[in-house]
This record gives sequence, structure tokens and C-alpha cells, in this order.
Amino acid sequence: MKLHSQKVAKELTATVLCWAIALLIFFPIFWMVLTSLKTEIQAISMPPQLFFKPTLENYIGIFERSNYTRFAWNSVVIALGSSIIGLLLAVPAAYAMAFYPSKRTKGTLLWMLSTKMMPPVGVLIPIYLLFRDTGLLDSRLGLIIIFALMNLPIMIWMIYTYFREIPTEILEAGRMDGVDTRQEIMTIILPISMGGIASSFLLAVILSWNEAFWSLNLTASKAAPLTAFIASYSNPEGLFWARLSAASTLAVAPIVIFGWLSMKQLVRGLTFGAVK
Amino acid sequence: MNAQDHNRRIARWLLIPSVVALFIWMAVPLGMTIYYSFQDYNLLMPGFRQFAGFGNYQYFFSDPSFIAGLTNTLVLVGSVLLITIVLGTLIAVVIDQPFYGRNIARVLIIAPFFIMPTVNALIWKNLIFHPVNGLSAFISNLIGTTPIDWFSQYPMLAIIIIVSWQWMPFAILILMTALQSMDQDQVEAARLEGAGPVDIFRHIAIPHLQRPLIIVIMIETIFLLTIFAEIYITTGGGPGTQTTNLAYLIFQQALLQFDVGMASAGGIVAVILANIVAIFLIRVVGKTLAEH
Repeated sequence: MKLHSQKVAKELTATVLCWAIALLIFFPIFWMVLTSLKTEIQAISMPPQLFFKPTLENYIGIFERSNYTRFAWNSVVIALGSSIIGLLLAVPAAYAMAFYPSKRTKGTLLWMLSTKMMPPVGVLIPIYLLFRDTGLLDSRLGLIIIFALMNLPIMIWMIYTYFREIPTEILEAGRMDGVDTRQEIMTIILPISMGGIASSFLLAVILSWNEAFWSLNLTASKAAPLTAFIASYSNPEGLFWARLSAASTLAVAPIVIFGWLSMKQLVRGLTFGAVK
Repeated sequence: MNAQDHNRRIARWLLIPSVVALFIWMAVPLGMTIYYSFQDYNLLMPGFRQFAGFGNYQYFFSDPSFIAGLTNTLVLVGSVLLITIVLGTLIAVVIDQPFYGRNIARVLIIAPFFIMPTVNALIWKNLIFHPVNGLSAFISNLIGTTPIDWFSQYPMLAIIIIVSWQWMPFAILILMTALQSMDQDQVEAARLEGAGPVDIFRHIAIPHLQRPLIIVIMIETIFLLTIFAEIYITTGGGPGTQTTNLAYLIFQQALLQFDVGMASAGGIVAVILANIVAIFLIRVVGKTLAEH
């Protein structure tokens, strides 16, 4: 009996401590959402107001005055487009390296990862000039290409680690039955590793959605995604905190919800097989 | 074994598109950057372009902001890594124990990782760090101290806090997942032999976390070396060059001063720096994954 109550007490302490940590970490996001429901006066009032009559005025204002939907649509097209292209390149490459490894496979994998180490600033100028000369500047296609290549190494790595976990006996059984490479990928490998492929796709979508270096430097008005839309609030207009918060909430809400829903898949993929 | 050879050949063709794409993506711009770095080339002076030798590099290295940029880059990466790893490990261990509402708490903890850097920076800059109306000013007033003007008094610290907030959830999540796969029998056995929580942490958890920690360090380093939006939005590299990292310095030279030659030289320096870090990291990662 004593042992039991000790256990409960311990769990209660843990609950208090853990929730304190969780709420502290989450607080800035909570505060952003709260501020988005205030009037501008309430938003900057001192002391900060915790209880007030919420208003949707800021959200309505954003839809009326700015082209939020156009920026959001750009984000959707760019994130999905680049992730799909990335997937189409990554799955075959990961398949080749996982099931037909050669002496050079390990070197190739590390080389691919090393391209990720190249800082974007190192190639900003040529990409900018190339884009200017080919009309890709401020175009969605331009960002789709860049993001696909940017995320490709990580996608290949993640899918590769998932493929490596597939027992080779399954594939050999299939080959005995005479399935060819295409059938093997489509009917055996893809169904088994759907979770892993999904998680690398999700990560690519999240990274593309949130990417800010290329989108700030290569887009102006036509193809600008939400990252650039939000950056425009860093000018004096940013003094309107309630509206800024509403715009920010709108910009992050889709990906945060998307991320939460896929958290389990995502985490497993992100450990690159380092955690079983 | 003919079919096997045939399949192997097909497999090679499947690999080629990715290799070619990544090679072009790396080699073409890099080659151009190297070329431009030896040119006198400013977009504001069209038509004027000539070979500059190592002139751009000389200017870049003798520019006092270069040393500042280099130091700031290293300070930023090092501090954020330290904070996220140390705090991240501690928090991961704490929230690994059973408590009520664990799933919801986990969802709240991971959220900052999904927030785009521009939003992250604006929220902290205005709602929290604002010297008059921000929450930090409110807290200062509450406890009776003068509010801190974060971005002019401690600009680098402010940016480190912002970036750490974004990346700590990532470390927590990976490490927490790793802890869950820890051998509970081993922990129980150690406990029966009288090992305290600290002993268990040091001798069982830490070795178990080694590989996930390497993954966390690698991924974070990749992204932290090129931090840009947070600086662009909050301080613009200032005051002076106090928060100018290499990424931001080159951006200033390229797109604000239009000095292609000089910015390219800076870009090459950044690439070399990243490669020094990369060689080290990739060696470690390669070794750990080979054991796999």
C-alpha cells in the first residue's frame, strides 16, 4: 500500500514537472495565437492581457487586404511539387543502393550527404544569375527545383535506411517467382516501406514549407511563399502585433497540424535507423 | 546468375538520375562561384569586368567583418548545439518517465520545430523581446529590474535563444525516442544492484544515446551553419557586425552591395569552412553507420 502511494506521488511530481516544461516550450506559440485574437490596443497593452473578448477581426483583415491565399497557394505548390520530384528521384536511387550495394555505395551515400553541407550562400550568386538569365527568378518552378535538390540527399538517406531493414529473403522469394525490377519495387518494396517513404516525404514537405533563405532571395511578388509573406511584416507594419500574429498563425497552422499528425512516422524516419 | 547481373544493371540506371542531379547542383554553381571569385564584377557597373587574381579574397579577409562573421558563425553554432544537446538530453530523460497526459505534452513540446524561421523570429522579436511592450519587459517590471533591450544589449544571446528554441524540440524528440528503446531489463538489473538514477543515466543511457546524439549533432550543424532568416528579420546583422554570420555577410555583399566578385570569394570561404566541419562529421557518421 505504501509502495503504491509512493508510486502515485512520484507520478504526480513527474506530471507537474513535465507539464511545466511542455507549457514553457509551447508558450510563445500559445501567446502568438492569443495575440492574434486581440485588438491592436489590447495586443500592446501593459501589463499583457490574458483575459479579453476575442475577435476574428485580424483574420478577416488579412484575407481582405493582402493576398494571403496567393502566398499560401505558392507554398502548397512549391512544397508538394518539390517533395514529389524528390521522392521520384530518391526511391529508385535508394533502391539501387540498398539492394545492389557495390564498393562505391558507402562513398556515394556520404558524398550525397556532403552536398547538403554546402552552404547556400556559397552558390547564391550563380543561382541568382542563372535564374535571372533563364527567367526562373521569382517563379515557382525555380524554387521547386531548388528545394527538390536541397532535400534529395536526406530523402535518399531516410528511404535507404528503411529499405535496408527489408529482409532479403522476401525479395529472393519474389525473384524466384520471376518478378522483374519494376514489379519488385511496386508490389513488394513500396507496400512494406510505405511508412518510411511517407516520413521522408513529410519531412521534405516541412523543410520546403519552412525554407527561408532561397525563398527570400529568389522570389519577389509572383512566386513568394508564406515565409516571404511573413518576412514583409518585419518592416514597420510589424508594429501591428495582432495582425502580425494572425498572419503568422495562418502561415504556420497547416504545417504544425500536419506535423503533429505525422509525428510518429517523422521521428522514426529522422533517426536514420540509429534507433530501433 | 544472368538475371542477377541484369537487375544490377537496371539498378545502376536507377541511381544515375539522383547522382547526376546532385552533381550538377553542386558542381555548376560551385564552379561559377570559384570563377566569379577571381573577377572584378559588380552588378552596379555593367560592362566592367576583369580578372582580379586573389584581390577579392584579400579584400574579404582584410575586411574586419570577416573575422566577426567567422567568430559569430562558430559562436552561434557552438552555443546552440551545446544548449539543445544538454537541455534536450535532460528534458528527454525527464519526460521519458510515465506521467498524465504524456501524449499531449509531447505534441506541445515538438511544436516549435514545425514553425517557420521567419515567424519564429518575428514572434520573439515583437511579442517577447520588445523592450517596451514585450513579455520580457513585463517580467522585468514585475520583478523590479530595468527591461532589457535584447537586440541592442545582448543581440547574439537573443539570437541564440531564438534558434535554440526552434531546435531543442528536435533533439528532445530524437533522444526521447531513443530512450524508449533502451533495454529495461538492464536498467532494472542495475537498479537492483543499487545503482541510482545518476549512475543509470551515465552508464546506461549515455552510451545508448551515442548514435542518436551523433545524428542530432549532424543534422543541426547542417542547418545551423547557414542560419539566415532569424538574423535577417531581427537584427539585420547588427548592431555593427555583432550578429553578422558568414551567411549574412555574404548576403549583404551580394544582394545589397551587388559585389559579385567579393561575395563569391566569401561564398568559397564559407564552403571551405563547411567542408572542414563536414569532413569531421561525415567521418563520424560513416563510422557509426558502418557498424549498423
